[in-house]
Amino acid sequence: MNIFKSKWVTLLILWAAGAVIWQGAALAYGPEIIPGPVDTFKGAKELMSDGSLVRYIGISFYRVFIGWALGSLIAIPIGLVIGKVSAIRVFAEPFLNFIRFIPPIAFITLFLVWFGIGEQSKIALILYATLFIVIMNTLTGVLAVEEDKIRAARSMGASEWQILLHVVIPATTPYIFTGIRLAMGTSYMAIIGAEMIAANEGVGFLIWNSRLFFRTDWIFVGLISLGLMGFITDRLVGLLGRRLLFRYGVISSGPIRR
Amino acid sequence: MSQTAYAPTGDTNAITIERLNKSYAAPKKGEVHYIIQDVDLTIKGGEFFVLLGPSGCGKSTLLNMIAGFVSKSGGKLRIGDVDVDKPGADRAVVFQQADSSLFPWLTVRQNVEFGLKMKGMPRAERGVISEKYIRMVGLAGHERKFPRELSGGMKQRVQLARVLANDPAILLMDEPFGALDAMTRRTMQKELSSIWRETGKTVIFVTHDIQEALLLGQRIGIMSAGPSSKITHIYDVPFAYPRDAASEAFHALDRTIQAHFDH
Repeated sequence: MNIFKSKWVTLLILWAAGAVIWQGAALAYGPEIIPGPVDTFKGAKELMSDGSLVRYIGISFYRVFIGWALGSLIAIPIGLVIGKVSAIRVFAEPFLNFIRFIPPIAFITLFLVWFGIGEQSKIALILYATLFIVIMNTLTGVLAVEEDKIRAARSMGASEWQILLHVVIPATTPYIFTGIRLAMGTSYMAIIGAEMIAANEGVGFLIWNSRLFFRTDWIFVGLISLGLMGFITDRLVGLLGRRLLFRYGVISSGPIRR
Repeated sequence: MSQTAYAPTGDTNAITIERLNKSYAAPKKGEVHYIIQDVDLTIKGGEFFVLLGPSGCGKSTLLNMIAGFVSKSGGKLRIGDVDVDKPGADRAVVFQQADSSLFPWLTVRQNVEFGLKMKGMPRAERGVISEKYIRMVGLAGHERKFPRELSGGMKQRVQLARVLANDPAILLMDEPFGALDAMTRRTMQKELSSIWRETGKTVIFVTHDIQEALLLGQRIGIMSAGPSSKITHIYDVPFAYPRDAASEAFHALDRTIQAHFDH
């Protein structure tokens, strides 16, 4: 059957099948344990009607975006310097490899103590989550620049500064881009944790707070919102990368596969 | 075929190499391993010199030392009257792998203009020069393409145009046609030969292909297998350009050189 060959038809069938299984499970276990698609939709409507869902999504996205953008802006020059200067790299690498195994969530309490319960502590957390991923990727990219490129530039009279600007940075761009894209995912994980523990707004707060009212349907709404937020931002970042950075070898437009 | 010793000339771009060494400390204490040992060589300005030797004999090391990428461990290495200790605008390198040495984020024209742009030359002037050399290497019409859109031979043409645009006195070429198919290689050899005659650059060309050496070089330096390799023989190639690979004399010299590697 030719119709199954179309990607969209296949996708639609899969999604429909998923919804049917979901509804089936909801009927089997009852809406308190597993709210079905219809209950979830009703819950979403409820949360939409007073504007809280949109506000929560906006707040979570704002925190992620600010922290992620700041983190990336700080991390790229640090990664370039560590990659370029081997004297610094010798000291920085063990430290980086130590600290990158400490997940952002583990810092929540400390960040609350250090930066207060306001926005700063959440943004600092996202910044932390972004920082090391982007530094590591930038660093890897700098180390992967072929020696021939640098030698070619040098023998054509480029200064060390020009080599950094016109060879190392463009050659590292795909690595930096992968880093900031991966960091987006980690940022979402970190913000949800932070909002569950210490926030009065945001999608994480919604998911955590819903337990007090035993509103599993609201939890489902929160989960689906998160998935959609991540999916859409990743697609947007991928598309932007492909449009703006194509000549640097950034080619993937879909989600990162691995 | 006789070994020829050239007396140093007054050329400012002549290359003088005396008892040149490159060594590294061996894992065992006190021992020193030589990659190349006691290389003597004089190359005149405008000469086409071929370094011929088996893989791993250190010809690329020698070339990289002349380029200024690799520092010497001992001996003398001079261009004109100046000691070589770093890369300089008088020397340009055509690398073996175009993919690792071209800038894939730049178009053909931007690659060719790279050195000129680094010098701060205005756009209009750059355009005139890049157009001249892009045409010389036969890439007219491909200026706006990216390296990934080009074949292997075309990429090497871009490399050649890119170094020629900087007008260096000396071209250092490290097996630039080694990765090309046989047909493309022949074409590139012919074109390089005519570009050399047209521009009068000094060329040092590294290869392990005897035919290629005979088609291109005025003199051929034979390097012994490493470690501690050196230039054991230098052959004059007295044939006129363009060369006839089918001639009897060509074959005779080919066999003589081949004998160095048949053991």
